[in-house]
Amino acid sequence: MSTSTRRRPLLFFAGFLIVSLLVAGLVSYLASPDPDGLDTVARNGCTAVTGAGGEEELQGTCIARNETDHAMSSGPLAGYAVGGAEGTTGVAGVAGVLVTVVVAGGVFLLLRRRDG
Amino acid sequence: MHTHAVAMHMSDGLVNGPTALLFAVVAGVALAVALVRARADLDDRTAPMAGLVTAFVFAVQMINFPILPGASGHLLGGALVAILVGPWVGIVSISIVLVVQALLFADGGITALGLNITNMAVIGVLVGWLVARSLRRLAVRSKGGLVAVAFVSALVNTVIAAMGFVLEYAIGGAGGATTGTVFALMGGLHVLIGIGEGVITAATVGAVAAARPDLVYLLRGTGTPLARRSATEGIVR
Repeated sequence: MSTSTRRRPLLFFAGFLIVSLLVAGLVSYLASPDPDGLDTVARNGCTAVTGAGGEEELQGTCIARNETDHAMSSGPLAGYAVGGAEGTTGVAGVAGVLVTVVVAGGVFLLLRRRDG
Repeated sequence: MHTHAVAMHMSDGLVNGPTALLFAVVAGVALAVALVRARADLDDRTAPMAGLVTAFVFAVQMINFPILPGASGHLLGGALVAILVGPWVGIVSISIVLVVQALLFADGGITALGLNITNMAVIGVLVGWLVARSLRRLAVRSKGGLVAVAFVSALVNTVIAAMGFVLEYAIGGAGGATTGTVFALMGGLHVLIGIGEGVITAATVGAVAAARPDLVYLLRGTGTPLARRSATEGIVR
């Protein structure tokens, strides 16, 4: 493994990308649905109540009550789902990895030193 | 009433406008400095690596792991990118992840982008780098040393990045909890999240060092057994 990845650097880079695609595309289904650290703090003091339309509402006094709707909340990949459809986290994740690697790869290749 | 959506980063409205603007300026200046200084660390070999590390951080940030009943955490990635691609490229890397998440996935508010970049890209990466750099002697000594340094710097970067939010809330929080409560809860939860961040960072840095130690920024130019082995023999355990 180590010798072959040194002789063929593309093998290491391809492997790295495949790992990212697998994590975003498959492992993402195993992710905890519970709020993260920041969100837990923001919701502290509120109770989540399911509203008439099935959406979650926060009642009480907490930081998260100040949250305003996201400007991109109706985007095609908003909330890590394709068109808001359930079970599409992996597809959204794969799209995110591909967009990120193209954007970041592009930025870093443009920035790199090109002295001989 | 506002409908609460699950998100991983600061949403719009958690701090007032002037505070959001202040940290947008802080983030902008830091990012500009990072973009200039990143050039020196980017070449034909490290530029693709930096792109792939950025995509990896995006992927792993999707994986919320349980820390307490009803609460989870996820990788921030500051120490991870600092150790693998260096602090300046690292700041740009995490910033790109946050911009993609905010614009494409509606995760992290647009007006909160400066706050999120300040906390996770600037504070997280620089603190992770400072800890890793100060422990570099241990990191270059052995594979175990490197993995231990990765764990510690990731744990510290998580807790200090969380303190970024506490500071922003103290300056211009929109209300709903006292600063003391926010400090105690953010600190406590992020020690637990930091352990998870440490494990993921240690495993990732260990795996990269096993395959391509020449691509680990922290080991660059140290002339240590780990780096020498990679440079001369091409065979690494």
